[in-house]
Amino acid sequence: MVGRIIKAVINNTVIRMLTALSIVGAVAGASLVFVYNYATPKIEVNVEGGTEKAIKTIFPDVGKIKQTGEKDVYKIENSQGEIEGYAFLAEGNGYQGTIKLIIGVDPKIDKMMGMEVLESQETPGLGAEISSAHFRDQFIDLPVTKKIEYVKNQKLEKDNQIEAITGATISSKAVVRIINNRIEELRQQGLGS
Amino acid sequence: MKIADLTRGLWRENPVFVQVLGMCPTLAVTTKAVFGLSMGLATTFVVVSSSVVISIIRKLVPNQGRIPMFTVIIATFVTAADYFLKANFYQISKALGPYVPLIVVNCVILGRAEAFASKKAVIRSFLDALGMGIGFTCALIVLGGIREILGAGTIFGYRILWEGFTNWIVMILPAGAFITLGLLVGVFNVIDEKMKKS
Repeated sequence: MVGRIIKAVINNTVIRMLTALSIVGAVAGASLVFVYNYATPKIEVNVEGGTEKAIKTIFPDVGKIKQTGEKDVYKIENSQGEIEGYAFLAEGNGYQGTIKLIIGVDPKIDKMMGMEVLESQETPGLGAEISSAHFRDQFIDLPVTKKIEYVKNQKLEKDNQIEAITGATISSKAVVRIINNRIEELRQQGLGS
Repeated sequence: MKIADLTRGLWRENPVFVQVLGMCPTLAVTTKAVFGLSMGLATTFVVVSSSVVISIIRKLVPNQGRIPMFTVIIATFVTAADYFLKANFYQISKALGPYVPLIVVNCVILGRAEAFASKKAVIRSFLDALGMGIGFTCALIVLGGIREILGAGTIFGYRILWEGFTNWIVMILPAGAFITLGLLVGVFNVIDEKMKKS
């Protein structure tokens, strides 16, 4: 009698299915733990390395990158220990998905030292050109005492203007907006005063 | 062991040009040859590993529960591939974005599991999956190569067209993927017809 019940249970399709699926799931989960343990430290290094590389591009003579009280805002000292300025992360919506930038400014936040794109999903060949040197170089020494403005297909008239990328006005506009908002936000928190 | 198992995926049943499977990564990531190559290799790794595992356990799997089980196995290898790329090829992983995790739903892989690995011996399943993976990779490199040459004037990042060449931006945009794929499938069929006649 008992034997027959056990046999019936083993041959029951639902129970066989559940057992097999549980075993496969458990083995899969266990093996992913190893993959996770192997990869996570390396991934963290990659992510942090991106920020550091961007800061070094903006401030070539960087000596020390110091954390400030604010998250993702760094105080930059040159090799002689003098303050070169601040670098900070800024993000906002682009044409497709989030754009993440590293922005460098001088100690008084009068002008920008430069801008690097950390992450973006802009259209290749068009919006993705925000990462190109041609576009980024416009932000070097750009005054930020007034809000940055952009112009389309015409000569720059004021010194706080940059030229938008042809065919990628939305992406260019997004970068300008992200920078303006973030600088405004940090000024209100008392940075640079 | 049959050599036909390996060559099937390369030409006669090529996943992209003949079966027209896995179109989502095929169209989305082939803006550059190197992205096609990386996506192809990641997919090859997943299809080969999952086919082998599925072929090994094929007799223990209750018939009604096989699809969820295959999916779990495939998802495990995809997650491993995703972490590996993020850890060692961060830039490529960033560029491929969500399309690496999306290999889970690539029909080429579940298709091979269903049509072949769940019924055939391990070595044959391995060869079949390897052939399909290589066929998929080659197709993606050709597609990515053509789009990169016309859209950016380079191949694998090396400039091959003259300076001053006006890049055909449409080739890097989604429309370029459809146009190139359509033409390639056409060319493929013409060659195939000629080969059958001779």
